[in-house]
Amino acid sequence: MEKTMKKYFAVFVLPTLIAFFIAFVIPFVMGLYLSFCEFSTVTNATFVGFSNYIKAFSNKDFLNALWFTVKFAAVAIVTINVFAFLLALMLTQKLPGTNLFRTVFFMPNLIGGIVLGYIWQSMINGVLSGFGVTMLLDAKYGYWGLIILMSWQMIGYIMIIYIAGLQNVPTDVLEAAKIDGASRVQTLFRVTIPMIMPSITICLFLTISNSFKMFDQNLALTGGGPSNKTTMLALDIYKTFYDKVGFEGVGQAKAVVFFVIVTGIAMAQLVLTRRKEVEG
Amino acid sequence: MMRTKKMQKALLIALLCGLVVVFLTPIFFVLMNSFKGKLYISDNPFAWPTGDMYVGLENYIEGIDKTGFFSAFGWTTFITVFSVLAIVLFTSMTAWYITRVKTKTSEILYYAFVFSMVVPFQMIMFTMSKLADMLKLNNPLGMVVLYLGFGAGLSVFMFCGFVKGIPYEIEEAAMIDGCNPLVTFFNVVFPILKPTVITVAILNAMWIWNDYLLPYLVIGVSTPYKTIPVAVQYLMGSYGAKDYGSLMALLVLSIIPIIVFYLTCQKYIIEGVVAGAVKG
Repeated sequence: MEKTMKKYFAVFVLPTLIAFFIAFVIPFVMGLYLSFCEFSTVTNATFVGFSNYIKAFSNKDFLNALWFTVKFAAVAIVTINVFAFLLALMLTQKLPGTNLFRTVFFMPNLIGGIVLGYIWQSMINGVLSGFGVTMLLDAKYGYWGLIILMSWQMIGYIMIIYIAGLQNVPTDVLEAAKIDGASRVQTLFRVTIPMIMPSITICLFLTISNSFKMFDQNLALTGGGPSNKTTMLALDIYKTFYDKVGFEGVGQAKAVVFFVIVTGIAMAQLVLTRRKEVEG
Repeated sequence: MMRTKKMQKALLIALLCGLVVVFLTPIFFVLMNSFKGKLYISDNPFAWPTGDMYVGLENYIEGIDKTGFFSAFGWTTFITVFSVLAIVLFTSMTAWYITRVKTKTSEILYYAFVFSMVVPFQMIMFTMSKLADMLKLNNPLGMVVLYLGFGAGLSVFMFCGFVKGIPYEIEEAAMIDGCNPLVTFFNVVFPILKPTVITVAILNAMWIWNDYLLPYLVIGVSTPYKTIPVAVQYLMGSYGAKDYGSLMALLVLSIIPIIVFYLTCQKYIIEGVVAGAVKG
């Protein structure tokens, strides 16, 4: 069977492969190479070694964006996961109307980042105008604005994954705990949470990597302002490429660093989930 | 005992209803303001549009006119539908081939696809958009090729995961009966893949419909092929006075198709998102 199938390589694999080379493989390899070059279009590159990386790491905007992203991710992970988990607990109590609640909480997840960003920009500015300020007056408004926006968007999504996890906890285990006289809080922390650890791992990593990769929401909500103080990594890379002339190489070097960070997060997730699977 | 339980349930439901109101507030805020005159949106953001404030469909007419919303809607639909069709068709074929034909090439391809899932778009955005220009892919059909290539990673990975679980004997029987691989794939394998087809289609549709950066960089704003996110950003990102009236109308118009789609395929969307999160 394999022999006959091999003759069909061109039909089965080639269309995907050609598109994959155009949209991924070639741009990726070129991107890696160009991060060591000075260029303005891709055809006029001259090799400059590590100088782009040195420039990237001595660039204040980049370090600020990195720090801002870490600060953002740290808080967003907590708010999103805590609220999503609490909602999931409430929605697994067999209450009437559970489906309706789930539908509403999940809905913001389907709206795109640009549209979400402008919805919240007008909301937040509307509230702030009551105090005579706007979001671009102080970076702290933008920071909390981003946290609120991201929570609004992701809580429903993460909640769905927690619900799936909670529904897989066998009821006899919960009943056994009850018969043994465990209180609700004890059951939650000693039985339920340990049993849904795989879901928790997935959710933590989803929120971390989504926080790090956030771009559209950042662009629409604050555009990075005031004076780049709310610029996150992805937006800083974009600005380095397209808002300044002559910094394409530095932009590409930043993009490679960004890629390494995101891949590192994904690898950590892989290692952790693999280990869990072996134990389980 | 029974009574306190009932009380608890009633309290939980009340709390959830309160949260529903909180979750829907931004949407109502935008809807309400879309019927308000421009000046009132910034001066009186939380007032009900009555009397002088109410302007009927003026904002909608202006917003549609300024951005060419209907054309944007058409092109977004075109790009999303054809990209999803291409992705589902070609990546399922590729996944079946590389799972069944166990050669070094298949193995390398599999890992290349998995690897591409992790790479953030910023890593390749500059080189990809330049390459797309060179290859004349800067049009809606070209976008289909790019989405197939950049979306191939997740889709091939998900199809491979499913194909591994299909018993080999069914296909072997078909082939022994004289079916060539293409006939076998479309008559035997593809129907079995249906649940994954729905998941892959939904995940990609959500991504492509809302995607901003790829169409912005490749197609740009000065062509008639703007997509909805590009049109929204174009309205707000351009210099001069910001037209919040048109923005509100445009935000409402952008959300409506998503909500309609969500309410009609809710079950599949939520299942698909869970499957995608757990595997990706």
